[in-house]
Amino acid sequence: MIAPPLALLAELTHRCPLRCPYCSNPVELARAGAELPTAAWAELFRQAAELGCLQVHLSGGEPTARRDIVEITAAAHRAGLYTNLITAGVLLDRAMIAALRAAGLDHVQLSVQDADAAGAERIGGMAGAQALKARAAALIREAGLPLTLNAVVHRQNLHNLPALIELALAWGAARLEVAHVQYHGWALLNRDALLPSRAQLEEATRVVEEARSAHTGRLVIDYVLPDYHALRPKACMGGWGERFIVVTPAGRILPCHAAESLPDLVFPRFGEMSLREAWEESPAFHRFRGSGWMRPPCRGCPRAEIDHGGCRCQAFALTGDAAATDPACALSPHHHLLAEALARAGDVPFRYRSFTS
Amino acid sequence: MIPRFAPGVRLQHDRARDRWVVMAPERMFIPDETALAVLRLIDGERDLAAIVDALAAQFAAPREVIAADVEAMIADLRARGALIA
Repeated sequence: MIAPPLALLAELTHRCPLRCPYCSNPVELARAGAELPTAAWAELFRQAAELGCLQVHLSGGEPTARRDIVEITAAAHRAGLYTNLITAGVLLDRAMIAALRAAGLDHVQLSVQDADAAGAERIGGMAGAQALKARAAALIREAGLPLTLNAVVHRQNLHNLPALIELALAWGAARLEVAHVQYHGWALLNRDALLPSRAQLEEATRVVEEARSAHTGRLVIDYVLPDYHALRPKACMGGWGERFIVVTPAGRILPCHAAESLPDLVFPRFGEMSLREAWEESPAFHRFRGSGWMRPPCRGCPRAEIDHGGCRCQAFALTGDAAATDPACALSPHHHLLAEALARAGDVPFRYRSFTS
Repeated sequence: MIPRFAPGVRLQHDRARDRWVVMAPERMFIPDETALAVLRLIDGERDLAAIVDALAAQFAAPREVIAADVEAMIADLRARGALIA
């Protein structure tokens, strides 16, 4: 019997007013016309809860760009899922927050691109965004909803990490996620502009540790380390097809949000297959589940069941082989690629996220 | 003292795995049987004494033993950020 997933990542849309150069959406973005309708999401939530998901992350793109976001949230809540809205906050107003809360929303994760408006709006590619986010944070707290601030950090904003921590406190967040960029899709295109130096990373880690003890009981800080300075890979998604199930705006069912970057895998489409069939039976979900697919140095490695060989998408993007050991591992014959990428990093312009014409 | 769930925290039945879980922002934990008995009585109206009374009616144990257990349990859940009071 295959253990069911714990969480569903629902990418409701790829539309977003921001243009972050490290967006986790694929480089090939889905347009509004391709998006699943409200009723499909409602059925999907019902199936996710039935399968064993406890939580849904309502994400995007910007999920509130969907006019039916309140109905979608209500459907997720009715299905019995813990509902987490992952938002840039720039489209939120008091009425929408009240409606989302009434619909059963449990928690909001608000993104912030930098501590100061000029930096944040340059990185996010949207003028005026920071003031809208500050207002959204205030409205979220006013509505009594718990708030997590999510700060993606990289070469161009790490100097402001202490200020980002102050911002989280000032905006009333109980949690702060300090997440180093993961280099897939858009972020991989912008890798030279985003990769932090070793000195930046060490300073960031020190700042986080200091802030954790300074703000115990007031602010929880989660810290996601960058792969490029690591010796061992991350347990990506907690293992392929182990904990997470992702559905794209157009209804593709994936084990991780970047999985469509892998070749030769056919991911099931919702409607043609139920979530349970996709999870339990589809070859794509079985492809990298467990450790049977591994080759040395992963095969026989005492960490094979701990880190699952790292990230399949990163392995493919860097080596051209999706079954290779993630180059973040020092045991990978491709580990040198990371040091070479770090050596190339510098002040180069961003390539902003956009829809292809 | 009326214990309440912290914002964003709730007790949820996990049908697929036949257990109860405490869901919180970006994390979850599985309460043991004793914690669960307490958590199920937290409704934002019952105070500590009412919770102890309800448990004393359910379990054959002296009220003061139950009271001590409940207080320790609630202190632990507060430290974990699951409850506020």
